Amino acid sequence: MVSDFAAVAVFLVLGAGFVLFNFLLAKLIRPSAPTPIKLSTYECGESPVGSAWIQFNVRFYLFALIFVIFDVEVVFLFPWAIVYRSLGLFALVEMLIFLAILIFGLFYAWRKGFLRWY
Amino acid sequence: MDPITLAFLALAFLIIVASLFVVSSRNIFHSAIFLILALFGVAGIFVLLEAPFLAAAQVLIYVGAISILMIFAVMLTARIADGQLRYTNEQVPTGLLVSLGLLVVMLYSLWQTPIPTSAAAPVSGAGRKLGELFLTQYVLPFEIISVLLLTALIGALVIAKKDPRAASAADDSAADVPARERERAVV
Repeated sequence: MVSDFAAVAVFLVLGAGFVLFNFLLAKLIRPSAPTPIKLSTYECGESPVGSAWIQFNVRFYLFALIFVIFDVEVVFLFPWAIVYRSLGLFALVEMLIFLAILIFGLFYAWRKGFLRWY
Repeated sequence: MDPITLAFLALAFLIIVASLFVVSSRNIFHSAIFLILALFGVAGIFVLLEAPFLAAAQVLIYVGAISILMIFAVMLTARIADGQLRYTNEQVPTGLLVSLGLLVVMLYSLWQTPIPTSAAAPVSGAGRKLGELFLTQYVLPFEIISVLLLTALIGALVIAKKDPRAASAADDSAADVPARERERAVV
């Protein structure tokens, strides 16, 4: 039912409002005395080299792609989880087949060296 | 005004404002963040349409995964470091003209098309029904989804990188040194 989601809406509004309110309040009451050192990128006591906007390693992209596929898989776990109790062993075997086919994809990525970081 | 209409108006406002920020923001990273907000609003619309499973799928796939992919694409953009990227669109007049034309066409077709509405009550417990159908009547299609995802995974990997061994040697030497040093520090 839609009304069940009223609680979700309340939490969302309160959560977002809490963050926004505190940012606004902090902006209003804090003293502002910026110096070049204060404005520089924080790098653990070191003076920073270059901009914080760096190009990240392209290898991260492969991991993101694999993540997206398994994220889609998780969507199908939800309806399965709801009915699992009433369907029992059959549902379990079926989901294991479903997962096994996808695990093969992970195995492929692993075997072909897509997961290696060198 | 009943709460559903009120919620719809609030969500529609959120989606429109967030979408405007997506196309007008000067920082491409901010565009990606506002896109997440807009997609989240669409999940809210699904909830109002009594389709909570679609809403969950929207949050998981679009808010969770697709946006991550986009943010990754932004972070992996080669020239983001030297600040030479131009975020402004030089074709604003053309873009405005095209989108206005599209608006006219869409409004006209909405006006002309009779939109049938179903009198049947929305299904309650759609997630449970979906699960039952997946695991009883539609077992084979359900397993074929898995094969489809497997194909997508392998295809994406093959397209993204032909040979990981050969390619990694090439991009190690090409990457600029400070960026690599920073990354190592982070890892």
